[in-house]
Order: sequence, then structure tokens, then C-alpha cells
Amino acid sequence: MKVVVNDTAHEVSAKTLAALIDELGYSGARIATALNGRFVPKATRDETPLEEGAQIEIVAPMQGG
Amino acid sequence: MAVSFYGQDVVSPLMLGTAQYPSPEILRDAVLAAQPGVVTVSLRRESAGERAGQAFWSLIQELKVPVLPNTAGCHTVKEAVTTAHMAREVFGTDWVKLEVIGELDTLQPDVFGLVEAARILTEDGFKVFPYTTEDLVVAEKLLAVGCEVLMPWGAPIGSGKGLNNVFGLRAMRAHFPGVPLVVDAGIGVPSHAAQALELGYDAVLINTAVAKAGDPVNMARAFRLAVEAGELARIADPMEERDMAVPSTPVAGKAMLA
Repeated sequence: MKVVVNDTAHEVSAKTLAALIDELGYSGARIATALNGRFVPKATRDETPLEEGAQIEIVAPMQGG
Repeated sequence: MAVSFYGQDVVSPLMLGTAQYPSPEILRDAVLAAQPGVVTVSLRRESAGERAGQAFWSLIQELKVPVLPNTAGCHTVKEAVTTAHMAREVFGTDWVKLEVIGELDTLQPDVFGLVEAARILTEDGFKVFPYTTEDLVVAEKLLAVGCEVLMPWGAPIGSGKGLNNVFGLRAMRAHFPGVPLVVDAGIGVPSHAAQALELGYDAVLINTAVAKAGDPVNMARAFRLAVEAGELARIADPMEERDMAVPSTPVAGKAMLA
């Protein structure tokens, strides 16, 4: 299935957001996720299904003012 | 002389941003020199390959300074609220520096969106630090929706112009005597920070002034000294201004030589 992660298209086999995190190599990273513009807490990623064309944001700590 | 936000004491009225430093090492040394009560941080997209955010997170943990995540770059209520939720999970704090930007040239806050986002986030359990203007009506509304700190700008973000509206900032201080007030944005040199503290502000938030100095570490130290001086001056109760001169040397006993 094709999904868009951080504005880049990916062809993935993951069916859930948790599986996608693992498939793309973010395992163990301190990140937060959003699906189609809505925050998805870490605890609910494994029960969050992905659909064709899903827009996913994966963010992490960054310098800020 | 402790500063307290939402019941939590912080060790210094200096709040330091972590962006734009020449290197992570200089950032770390600047934080050590500034001894800030709070450091501000943000969120950005993470690449699985580079994992830049993970290295930054390790550095921040090493510094052992309370973090205040921001919603920098957000222009809508929805963006800011979603970013705040992501920040709460990543940084493990319910503090959030709420920015809802309304105008690109000045990065002036969209105060209408700000009040709405602050209301939503407070209901969601956040402790909101709103980046606002010195407008008293907006300030009242922010307090009414649950904010317990106000962060008016001194001047546009990154401009280094100092306190552009001293009258307005003084009025805000007088109007909200019990509310922690922080000058956020626009401070360029340590004397601006000292001035804010002398006016009775509880804290200042600095980033560009330190990060973009020729020597960020020494500038960080200078800001630490400036906030200490400003805080001490406020406690020491500054003299009243006068319009006319008053001799400081006693006239009585002066020799008649004319």
C-alpha cells in the first residue's frame, strides 16, 4: 500500500501505524505521530489501521526558541 | 528570588532557546554558562536514517534543565493544538509555549487563534505559556481560559530591538500584579533583559541574542549576570525619575568663593 510519510511517498506492507514505525526503521526512537492531521498517541498506534494514501507525520525533538 | 510557573519553581529568571547555535557543543556550553531556569525546544520531522532528533534529545537530557516545548511555526489553532499533543508525548511535560503566528513579517501572534488554542489545551490538561502581545484585553482572555503565565513580546522574534513598548509592558505588569510575566522575543542584548526584570517582569526568554552572538558562550554568561542584576535592582526598589536636576552633592557648607 502507498502512504505518505513526512511528505515522502512510501510503498509499505504495514497495516497499522505501529507496524509502519517498525518497517521504516523508527523502532525505539523518541517520536510522536499524526495520521491525516490528527495526533495518534503511542499507546494506540498498534490499533490504528492505515489506508491507501494515508498521510503520516513523524516528529522528534528539535532545537527551538 | 525563585520564579515559579504553575507551582513549579525554576532556578533562574532566564529562559533560553536552543535553536541556531553554531554547534551542539556550543549550545551545551552556552546552557552551562547561562544556567537558565528553563530551555525551550521544538519538534520537527524525523528521518529514520539520520535520527537527528534522538541526538538532540540526548543532549537535552544531559543538561538537566526543565524543558518548555513550543509550537513554533504554527499558524492555525488545529496545527498548534496537534503539535502541543505531540510535544507532550515526546518531551514528557504538560508545559507548552503556545505560538499561533498571525503575520509573517513580524511573526506577531494571532491573538484570536491564541486564545482559542489556549482554551482547548487548558481543557486537555496542558499548562500553557502563551506567546502574546502586551494587549491587556487579550491578556484578560488568556487568563480567563486558564493560562497562569503570560509571555508578551518585547519586539518581533529575532529582531533584537529590545522592549519596543515599555509603556505597554509596564501597564501589563501593573494590571496583573500576581501573574508571572515573561518578556518573550525581541531581546537583543543583556541590558534589555535587565530592563525587563527592573520593570518587574518575572523572567525573560532569549534565543537569537545568545545563539547569534559572535561568542555565544560569553553572551550566555552576560545574560545570566544581567538577569541577576535586573532582579536585584527590582528588589532594591529603584529611585523615582524626575524631570529636573537635583544636586547629589550637598550644597550646605559649600565655601563662598564667588
